[in-house]
Amino acid sequence: MDITVNILLTIATAATPLLIAAIGELVVERSGVLNLGVEGMMIMGAVGGFGAGYLTGSPWIGLLAAIALGAVFSLLFAVMTLSLATNQVATGLSLTLLGLGLSGMMGTSFVGQPGARLPNLDIPGLTAIPVIGRLLFGQDPIFYISIALTAAVMWFLFKTRTGLTLRSIGDSHTSAHALGIQVIRYRYLSVIFGGACAGLAGGHLSLVYTPQWVENMTAGRGWIALALVVFASWRPWRVLAGAYIFGAVWIGQLHAQAFGIPVPSQLLSSLPYLATIVVLVLISRNKRLTMMNTPASLGQPFVPDR
Amino acid sequence: MMRLELVKRPQRSMLFSALSPFIAFVLTIIAGAILFALLGVNPLKAFQIYFIEPISQVWQLHELAIKAAPLILIGVGLSVCYRANIWNIGAEGQFILGGIVGSSIPVLFPQFEGPLVLPLMLLFGMIGGAAYAAIPALLKTRFNTNEILTSLMLVYVAQLFLDWLVRGPWRDPKGFNFPQTIQFNDSAILPELMPASGRANWGFVFALVAAVLVWILMSRMLKGFEVRVLGSSPRAGRFAGFGINRMVFFAFMLSGALAGLAGISEVSGAIGQLQPVISPGYGFTAIIVAFLGRLNPLGIVAAGLVLALTYLGGEAVQSALGISDKVARVFQGMLLFFVLGCDTLIHYRIRLIGFAAPKLESAPKLEEAR
Repeated sequence: MDITVNILLTIATAATPLLIAAIGELVVERSGVLNLGVEGMMIMGAVGGFGAGYLTGSPWIGLLAAIALGAVFSLLFAVMTLSLATNQVATGLSLTLLGLGLSGMMGTSFVGQPGARLPNLDIPGLTAIPVIGRLLFGQDPIFYISIALTAAVMWFLFKTRTGLTLRSIGDSHTSAHALGIQVIRYRYLSVIFGGACAGLAGGHLSLVYTPQWVENMTAGRGWIALALVVFASWRPWRVLAGAYIFGAVWIGQLHAQAFGIPVPSQLLSSLPYLATIVVLVLISRNKRLTMMNTPASLGQPFVPDR
Repeated sequence: MMRLELVKRPQRSMLFSALSPFIAFVLTIIAGAILFALLGVNPLKAFQIYFIEPISQVWQLHELAIKAAPLILIGVGLSVCYRANIWNIGAEGQFILGGIVGSSIPVLFPQFEGPLVLPLMLLFGMIGGAAYAAIPALLKTRFNTNEILTSLMLVYVAQLFLDWLVRGPWRDPKGFNFPQTIQFNDSAILPELMPASGRANWGFVFALVAAVLVWILMSRMLKGFEVRVLGSSPRAGRFAGFGINRMVFFAFMLSGALAGLAGISEVSGAIGQLQPVISPGYGFTAIIVAFLGRLNPLGIVAAGLVLALTYLGGEAVQSALGISDKVARVFQGMLLFFVLGCDTLIHYRIRLIGFAAPKLESAPKLEEAR
């Protein structure tokens, strides 16, 4: 029983960064913007979170720094694609490349240093309950944030007027603009929200998952988060399910390596990436369904006329 | 409070089309100066070390050519993809597969020598890269799968596959357990161009030839016209009878073949054996090269040399000033950012306006926009 609980806990830890980054990107894409810079914003959050935590000794300050750095970094993307109407695919890519380089440079002196770790929740009486105690009341704080965030985004997108407006912008920015909606302003806020989420996801990696700084430690998770949004057909609860499936794949291959299963470890390590491809193929096979779900103006630049 | 406003130009500006890479370069230099100043280094001295010293001697120009060759080869291929609005960002993986498949000859048949070895290796490398690039093309055409994500995921798979090969079945049995294959025999080594003055090999010639050939393809042949039409207006392309699916395969496999050629050239030229890592991110940097070169093969040659210099400069400041060589990645990323930003000037006029101002100005501006 204890082993099962431990495995479930590690799956949750692996799924949390994917979930947060993907939920953020979901909001961005629902507003019609495709930000391929998730990996870059995430790694900036990771290095910023680790650095601030390491330098101040407080993982909580690290957490805030991760969020802030992700948001600031996404602002770069927002100015380029929204104010200068640059190609979103290329700009997102350059955000990722810049983030990987900048984080590597900023993190040079952090390599090999012990980091600050966010403490797990510990509620006297509740956390000690067998089995469910640790699952419900004994995880790291970002886990709870991720679940709350998913619920909040679901409520925001589908139960509030502002959420409806945001989705309408994603489906037709010209119509929304004609109705007097501030398309660019909404998109700015969405992109920054996405950046903050990606930063938080990166902070989870360097403050909870492996409390240390390793170059390129995001290892493609930002890209997997992007794939999760497609897999989830832009619906928050499906992102939640997808993130946990991928968390399980990620943990599963680690356990398989630890048990010494007679398969090359590299093959096991490549499973999350191969699984992403398989899942994308399965979900996008139905062309009509994909077209129906995709925000119609996703990735298209918008320049308001006057 | 100021805000930016874009005013559409009646037609694309030739002036900014030519100038934008240069403006971007100047902006990168300015941002770089700020970066160096923040790191506590005199920017002038840093630039001297970064941009001038690495190319002040003849042998160093050879090193520049070695770094530029893969960037140009891959960048030229990617330019065809991006022109066609097809987003292959997995060139790094195709580069690795080209290196692996091409190396299969000297690794598996070390006794096989003679003038046939090298051409076969290069051919195998191209086939390997093209075949690997065909996977995202197939998934896109057959299953409508987003090629950006699949091609990128395949990079990680390729890296792990190479890692497995050199630690497992292809490891040199006499190599003291180092993760590397045997040293290639002499006829599997790409010859140097001018051994008297430096290490540059035939890879650079391949890059120049590829650039010229693709330039002819894009500007003088029907296929190039097809690429451009499908890229700018898929609907118009369909009416003209151009097949989108065929184009996806063509663009992916052409760029995959060139990336594969770059991979095997690098392995058989600069390295001489397979090892766990054969590329310092050439496949990703080549994306920047393609855009900096304005997706024009000849521009890409120049851009490849510039980006190659950023690699050399990164190594130089690391050894001279103790700054991480990651600074090269930062320069490359900034350069791409500024290029994309400057490209806006080709299609739009930019004006800064205060939030209160637009009402007063709106009438004359409307006329201007027409």
